[in-house]
Amino acid sequence: MSDSEMLDKDSNVSRRNFIKGVIAGGAATYSAGYLFRSGSGLMAQPNAPGAAERLLTLRVNGQERRVDVLKQETLATTLRYKLGLTGTKMGCDRAECGSCTVLIDGSPQYSCSVLTHTTRGKEITTIEGLAAADGTLHPVQQAVVDGAGFQCAFCAPGFIMSMVAMVKENPDPTRAEAAQALSGNLCRCCDYNKILDCAMRAAEYSRRV
Amino acid sequence: MAIEKKLFGQDYSTPDLVAKMTGKARYAEDFRAEGMLFAKLLLSPMPHARVRKLDLSAALAMEGVKAILTADDDDLPATENPLDERCLTNEPLYQGEPIVAVAAVDEPTAALAIEKIKIDLEPLPFVIDPLESLRPGGPNARKEGNNYKDRTTLQEVKWPAEVFREAGDHLPMGQADTEWTLGDVEKGLSEADYVIDETLFHQSQTHHPLESRSCMAYWQGGKLYIHPSTQSTQRTVPNVARMVGIDPSQVVLIAEYCGGGFGSKIPGTINMAIPALLSKKANLPVMHRVSREEENAFGRARPGFQGRVKMGFRKDGRVTAIDLYIVQDNGPYGRQGDYETAGNIAHLYYTPENMRFRGITVLTNTPPRTAQRAPGGVQITAMLEPLIDKAAKELNIDRIAIRKLNAPDVTTKYGSNQHNLTSANVREAFDKGAELVNWEEYKKASGQTNGTKITGVGVALSAYVAGSRGFDGLMVVKPDGKLYVHQGIGNLGTGSFADTARVASDLLGISWEDTVVVWGDTSKGVPYSSVQAGSQTIHAHTRANHAAATDLKRKLQEIAAKDLGGSPDGYDVGGGRVFRKGSPGSGMTLAKAAERAIALGGKFDGHEVPEDVNAVTKEGAAILAGQGAMGVAKDNYGGEGDLWSFVVGFAKVEVDRETGHIRIIDYAGVSDVGAVANPRGLAAQVHGGAIQGFGLAMSQKWIYDPTWGVSATHRLYTAKPPSILDIPLSMHHASVEIPDPQTPVGSKGIGEAPFGAGCAAVLCAVQDAIGELDLKRSPMMTDLILNQLEQIPQPYKVLATHV
Repeated sequence: MSDSEMLDKDSNVSRRNFIKGVIAGGAATYSAGYLFRSGSGLMAQPNAPGAAERLLTLRVNGQERRVDVLKQETLATTLRYKLGLTGTKMGCDRAECGSCTVLIDGSPQYSCSVLTHTTRGKEITTIEGLAAADGTLHPVQQAVVDGAGFQCAFCAPGFIMSMVAMVKENPDPTRAEAAQALSGNLCRCCDYNKILDCAMRAAEYSRRV
Repeated sequence: MAIEKKLFGQDYSTPDLVAKMTGKARYAEDFRAEGMLFAKLLLSPMPHARVRKLDLSAALAMEGVKAILTADDDDLPATENPLDERCLTNEPLYQGEPIVAVAAVDEPTAALAIEKIKIDLEPLPFVIDPLESLRPGGPNARKEGNNYKDRTTLQEVKWPAEVFREAGDHLPMGQADTEWTLGDVEKGLSEADYVIDETLFHQSQTHHPLESRSCMAYWQGGKLYIHPSTQSTQRTVPNVARMVGIDPSQVVLIAEYCGGGFGSKIPGTINMAIPALLSKKANLPVMHRVSREEENAFGRARPGFQGRVKMGFRKDGRVTAIDLYIVQDNGPYGRQGDYETAGNIAHLYYTPENMRFRGITVLTNTPPRTAQRAPGGVQITAMLEPLIDKAAKELNIDRIAIRKLNAPDVTTKYGSNQHNLTSANVREAFDKGAELVNWEEYKKASGQTNGTKITGVGVALSAYVAGSRGFDGLMVVKPDGKLYVHQGIGNLGTGSFADTARVASDLLGISWEDTVVVWGDTSKGVPYSSVQAGSQTIHAHTRANHAAATDLKRKLQEIAAKDLGGSPDGYDVGGGRVFRKGSPGSGMTLAKAAERAIALGGKFDGHEVPEDVNAVTKEGAAILAGQGAMGVAKDNYGGEGDLWSFVVGFAKVEVDRETGHIRIIDYAGVSDVGAVANPRGLAAQVHGGAIQGFGLAMSQKWIYDPTWGVSATHRLYTAKPPSILDIPLSMHHASVEIPDPQTPVGSKGIGEAPFGAGCAAVLCAVQDAIGELDLKRSPMMTDLILNQLEQIPQPYKVLATHV
């Protein structure tokens, strides 16, 4: 059976079949892991049989958010494409770079590698949820602004979420401990030295609060 | 004109930081538009092939598929140069080159449509090693040849078998495509007391910015609105227009942020045309998200070098001659200039009286190359600086002393064209660095052991071009009393889009709170600008903004004289007023002066602009005309000689003899960048660039399957860029802070030079720890180090590519 027959026959493209198809076909669609699906709003998907969505209630940044979610949908996709929270970035889509780090019940996790439905009942915090309603920055954000942290800053939201988790876990870290706490995040500008300066400042600001 | 530098030279937080730290900053993939479609690509699975047959019918028939684009599409313009790359092709020249693009209502539908495309590819001969292509009967990367004969034609270059046979393990050196000579290299070598003859290798390297080159585009009112990931702003527009086949005036580019580029997105990216043209066909907005593996495939890379160098030294360490040959791995498209730059830099560092440079750039079926931070500079610095240490050791000379002896200064004429330098305070940088790290103490750590670890220290010189001249500035003081500085350079995260505006604030005595930097949106009016690349902007746009602010100041003085009497020279500008000299409370507010400018019209509010500014600036001024008092001018400050900045890097490492692991325990970078615009920004460049260099020294390389020509290092975890755990916990920097005499505020750029300093200082330190490297190649991977320490034969020879 050729890959196209296989796909025609079983139009419910499971990830496994999809990858098999790619391998068999040889046409390098280099992005199987990067695909996302949606059945609502801007991305109505008439052609996704078997892709039943479920209406879930998520707790995001202190708010109850009701959203239609596919069973295989990642949290990064839900946040960025259904809840409009584009502050969470995707740099690799496969748990390599940490740009998509969010807090789930206070713990930093790669939202590209968490299925949305598993976060029901949990408290999700994204970069948009750190500042107060009146715009007052979170001490970690303020520390980074004061320290002029980051260059291109595509990695910054992920790093900041890791810093927020760090200062809670370890309010008075050594520089080496801070590096360890942030080692799940990549910065390609390699502004690591200034990021560490900011992390130490963030801990200091947080201790004062 | 001397100005009081209140803002310039101070640490501050750029105006984009809060948006960046709260998630409000929108990068390319963060834009949304009503009815937005998603694009997916069919990429070549082969390194070189020809599309024999393409059947799109099943894909086109799918519900939800809105447009398909191929290389045969009438909408896809031909390139002016037939050898140039297009965004889609029928003859893929590397694995992962895009062939077909589909726009559909969502990504799964687009991906399924790609699967339904029936494609018949004829495999063609391919080559991933330049030397293989140069062998008699070796494959050519393109049907037309393997080497550029001139800009628009290729030729086939093959070297005779005896060139390879005679070379042994050294670099074979046949016919070059570039050659120049200074003095008499044979004489210089024969007169030397000590001669080094080494064959060297530097790997190719993908840029891998963290933001992939995603792009969103739509059409409205006959104009293309595009949100690309691009380093530059104004200079990206003509590139978009050319690739889409429209006039630049039809392009509105909005991109306030760029998630890294390092040279790979200077005028935007080749794939910007894909969503633009799909959107035109579908008449709906199109988002093209680029995956990490796609970024590896068509996201650009640094050319690799295979080289051989002979260097002659006098007993005192003075370099008498350099004979350098470089074979460059060019990739398939566009003649890359890295190797030629490398030749000039080799001369600049060591200023030999006698030098010969020869080189050839050879096409390969590997990802397209382009400038990567310090193109040519990083490669040659990593290759040659460890050899200077070898000579220093042999001749028993201090490693800083030998470098200072050979270093350039402002009297130096360098490279093939024997150009002058505007400034070169290299010896001062070495002295400042020696003081900063306490060199006499620092080097005592050399060879010390601690358990299984051996310490090594290294020092290296790195330099790169650091500025250009002749761009325009454009700014307006509006009736709200604020200064609006319009910037056509990009926001790559270096801060220069804001740093260069502060020159205008200082010159006009306007506070930073009353300065608004307008950037990242060509519909708001932009001046003709330098590219956001190549360490250009700090130099080019401190000058351009100085010129425009000077123009604005003169106009404000004239307005005051008209209204209040006296001559314009009797007035000064500062503290939000234009006032009678010596009487700061007199005169009028800038808000009032802006109103007067609008009433006066003509040159005062930008309805008339100087003849010599670029047409782009005239268009920008036309958008802003009538909004206040306008400053608009070309940088006519001139200058004689080339702009170069210099960095001296110091590294201390520990090499573990049991694991081969290198731990960098200290790094310091000392720069000669003229007057420092933004100290914290400078430190970020000096350290960030160095850490990128650490990656090239220790972990980042390409591995290719030689049988099929496909990459095995196509994701971040296999590409191995440095992490926060790879850096030393103590990093230092300093600057000699000697202003460049040929530019009004004295600043030179700094993006490039730190990279090679970090890479070479670490390589030198590793060599210092474990002895002369038996393989003169980077990166020095763990296995190579262990083999050397255990005296086990290395798994490959020095010239092996992509292993």
